Amino acid sequence: MLEIRQLRRAGSEPSAPPLIKATDLAIGRSECVAVSGPSGAGKSLLMRAIADLDPNHGEITLDGVPRDSMPAPEWRRQVVYQPAEPGWWADVAAEHFAKSNSVEDLVAAFGLPLDILASPVSRLSTGERQRLALVRTLILTPRVMLLDEPTSGLDPDSVDRVEGVLRQRLDAGAAMVIVTHDAEQAARLAGRLYRMADGELLAAGEVAP
Amino acid sequence: MNYTELSYFDVALAASLIAVNAGISIAMRLGLEQRMIIAATRMVVQLSLVGLVLKALFAAASPWFTALAMVVMVAFAGREAMARQERKFTGYWSYGIGTGSMMTAAMIVTGFALATQLHADPWYDPRYAIPVLGMILGNTMNGVSLGLDRLLNTVQRDRNAIEARLMLGEDIATAMRGAVRESLRAGLIPTINSMSAAGLVSLPGMMTGQILAGVEPGEAVKYQILIIFLIAGGTALGLFTAVTLAKHRLSDTRHRLRLDTLVSS
Repeated sequence: MLEIRQLRRAGSEPSAPPLIKATDLAIGRSECVAVSGPSGAGKSLLMRAIADLDPNHGEITLDGVPRDSMPAPEWRRQVVYQPAEPGWWADVAAEHFAKSNSVEDLVAAFGLPLDILASPVSRLSTGERQRLALVRTLILTPRVMLLDEPTSGLDPDSVDRVEGVLRQRLDAGAAMVIVTHDAEQAARLAGRLYRMADGELLAAGEVAP
Repeated sequence: MNYTELSYFDVALAASLIAVNAGISIAMRLGLEQRMIIAATRMVVQLSLVGLVLKALFAAASPWFTALAMVVMVAFAGREAMARQERKFTGYWSYGIGTGSMMTAAMIVTGFALATQLHADPWYDPRYAIPVLGMILGNTMNGVSLGLDRLLNTVQRDRNAIEARLMLGEDIATAMRGAVRESLRAGLIPTINSMSAAGLVSLPGMMTGQILAGVEPGEAVKYQILIIFLIAGGTALGLFTAVTLAKHRLSDTRHRLRLDTLVSS
């Protein structure tokens, strides 16, 4: 479904090493891929590059349709990246969502009280913000979800709930890349494991040449 | 017109007030006396030179010399606007956006005033063109530098919020709208404030000058109102141009926020 060929991101100066070395990756329908690696290895940069948030080179297609053939916003609605620390542009949580029943369904599914939508974002805990951000991502029903540590601030019970919802989306045909430091979570969700090191994406067990 | 011509002695007498300032600085150990003397000397030298330049320009009444003086004024204003930025674009953009927008706005508004209300003849008569441009430029520079400063700081501060909208598939114009509005507001508010305070809190300098020079107050007021409108128009035009250019520079055709166009701090 999502095909990435020779995706790279140059360094900030011509002499600097590339931030992302040429990457190939194919992810099929209902497939989840997990990426781990130390901070600064380029995991988030790789996700940003796939979502076309930074200048990058390479070819990416979704069901055979090239990324460059559609406007960037249209691409990003189908291939949604959610960073580890999602941003908020309004004071009250509800202002970040289009009014719809699926918002309330998801809020409930994540174990959050419904009145949380009326709260100022600044009063929410990290875990609450993280789950609300996931609601925001999921109501777009993206074809591909690029999730950067989506459960890092959550208690085990909430992690279970989130993973349950994500698994439903996978079953419904979505594809997913999840950045996680939790090997058990990776094993629970993902079919393939990757490791990022110095801007290079390596399959689990593979060693940098 | 009847007005009291100042002798150099009169001016020197006023300079004695600076001695009072310096005296206070010494008595209170403010350590400002040297800087004050230097600043006062600079002011006298700079203004005297400008007086000489204006005298020569008026005598020459040449469109080329007038144009040259205008270009120099815009260039200085551009430098000043850039120096006031906390964050800057890389390369010539930093200078170019401010200078380009001020030049556009100030030239359009000055041209409009010269061609219509002031009936300067010839239209490039430096006696009209230079002072009007100077007043418009000074205020436009304020608006442009405040607006740009606010925009560059806001996009940096709100980077996560702006990118969150992009990640959810909104276009760059929508994502940046809040920052753009905030910076336009920041640039326009001083103009609005000065209009509402004009006459009550402050007697505008140009009007005061005209009255001292013997112009009938009613006429001086009309002139001042005209100038304030020109200033308001020039500020809005320059600010809008600068913020629009900066917004384009901060984004690209793939709807990305390009903070890499700013000098990293």
